Amino acid sequence: MPQLEIGDFAPQLVWLAISFITLYVLMARVALPRIGDVLNQRRERIDRDIAEAERLKAETERALQAYERELAEARARAHKIAREAREKLDAEVAGERAKVEAEIAAKMAEAEARIAEAKAKAMAEVDEIAREAASAIVAQLISVPVAGDELEKALAPAKSGTPAFAAIK
Amino acid sequence: MRVAETGEGMGAQHESITNTILAAAEAGEAGGASMPDPMHQFEIKRLVPIELFGIDASFTNSSLWMLIAVALVAGFFILSMRGRALVPTRTQSVAELAYEFVASMVRDNVGTEGMRYFPFIFTLFMFILAANMLGMVPYSFTVTSHIIVTFALAAVVFIGVTVIGFIRHGLGFLRFFVPSGVPAPMLVLLVPIELISYLTRPMSLSVRLFANMMAGHTMLKVFGGFVVGLGILGGWAPLAFMVAFTGLEVLVAFLQAYVFAVLTCLYLNDALHMHH
Repeated sequence: MPQLEIGDFAPQLVWLAISFITLYVLMARVALPRIGDVLNQRRERIDRDIAEAERLKAETERALQAYERELAEARARAHKIAREAREKLDAEVAGERAKVEAEIAAKMAEAEARIAEAKAKAMAEVDEIAREAASAIVAQLISVPVAGDELEKALAPAKSGTPAFAAIK
Repeated sequence: MRVAETGEGMGAQHESITNTILAAAEAGEAGGASMPDPMHQFEIKRLVPIELFGIDASFTNSSLWMLIAVALVAGFFILSMRGRALVPTRTQSVAELAYEFVASMVRDNVGTEGMRYFPFIFTLFMFILAANMLGMVPYSFTVTSHIIVTFALAAVVFIGVTVIGFIRHGLGFLRFFVPSGVPAPMLVLLVPIELISYLTRPMSLSVRLFANMMAGHTMLKVFGGFVVGLGILGGWAPLAFMVAFTGLEVLVAFLQAYVFAVLTCLYLNDALHMHH
């Protein structure tokens, strides 16, 4: 078995030491720090990017909330303006209507007064006509002029709604 | 045993298979058949004889493949990270994946204090993985199929872990060998057992890797010999087996590197935290 050749041990050990130490130095001083650096950098970069992403997300949410708040405020304001406008309009309409109604009422009162006046005048004329007619009728019937008082007395029941016969009798 | 020895079963199985194959091969040779020696591939060849301070430091085929492994691993991890891109390229993400794989192994088994030793465990894992995988290349040499190499690695781990244990806990680290909540008379029996199981760690660690590598490669060689020996007519069956077995060997190559690294982590965890 060549593995048990004692004479071959020394060169193998010498070269094992040389090659292993060389490899160790190259790995420990050059290769591994490089890989470790890259891995660390990558980890840091990823952590940073995640933090940045979270910050941006929070900012977006804040902006969204602000937007919604403002939207709600604007809507409330719009409602208020609309309500105020409506109220103002209602008030104006009510005022207008009251004025018009008042005018109408005034005109109506005036018209009624006029009608009443005309009626009174007409009524007075009716009295006169009745008296003249009565005196004419009496003159025609009995050819006796009737005194004004007598005529008034005779006509009074008719004016007050009582049948004329009652008074005459 | 304190630690789950994941690779033990496979190692033992391989060893028994190896023994049978070795016996068969020897019998074949005795019978005069021209079977290639399956152990020939493990021979150390001195490419450049060097002697330093009376020590034989010859540049051998083993040295060559160790350097190839180092060049491959270092080249890959340094070149793939050349861009240091935040969004990795394909090779860079493989390098990062390997880094995360070993890093999470250390974190899970040792905890965050273990990350101080992460470069060592990473180097260990990558070196063994590269050596094992390069061993799968035809005509290559498997560095980790030599017990002296795996034992040296295991000894470094064992001595390092023990030193860390004593630095960390002082003489209190000796309490590691005294199971808690055991009646005093039992300790007479249990302390030596704990001590022996601790001291055999480098053996089990090194033999597991070495035996797996040697057995797998011997088996491939033997069946390669069968393919040639049985010729165009009968060689297909061992060839089909070899294809499947090569797949298994790639898995074993990875698994043994992983087991070595995980056990190192567990030993380190024992030294740092003294968990029973």
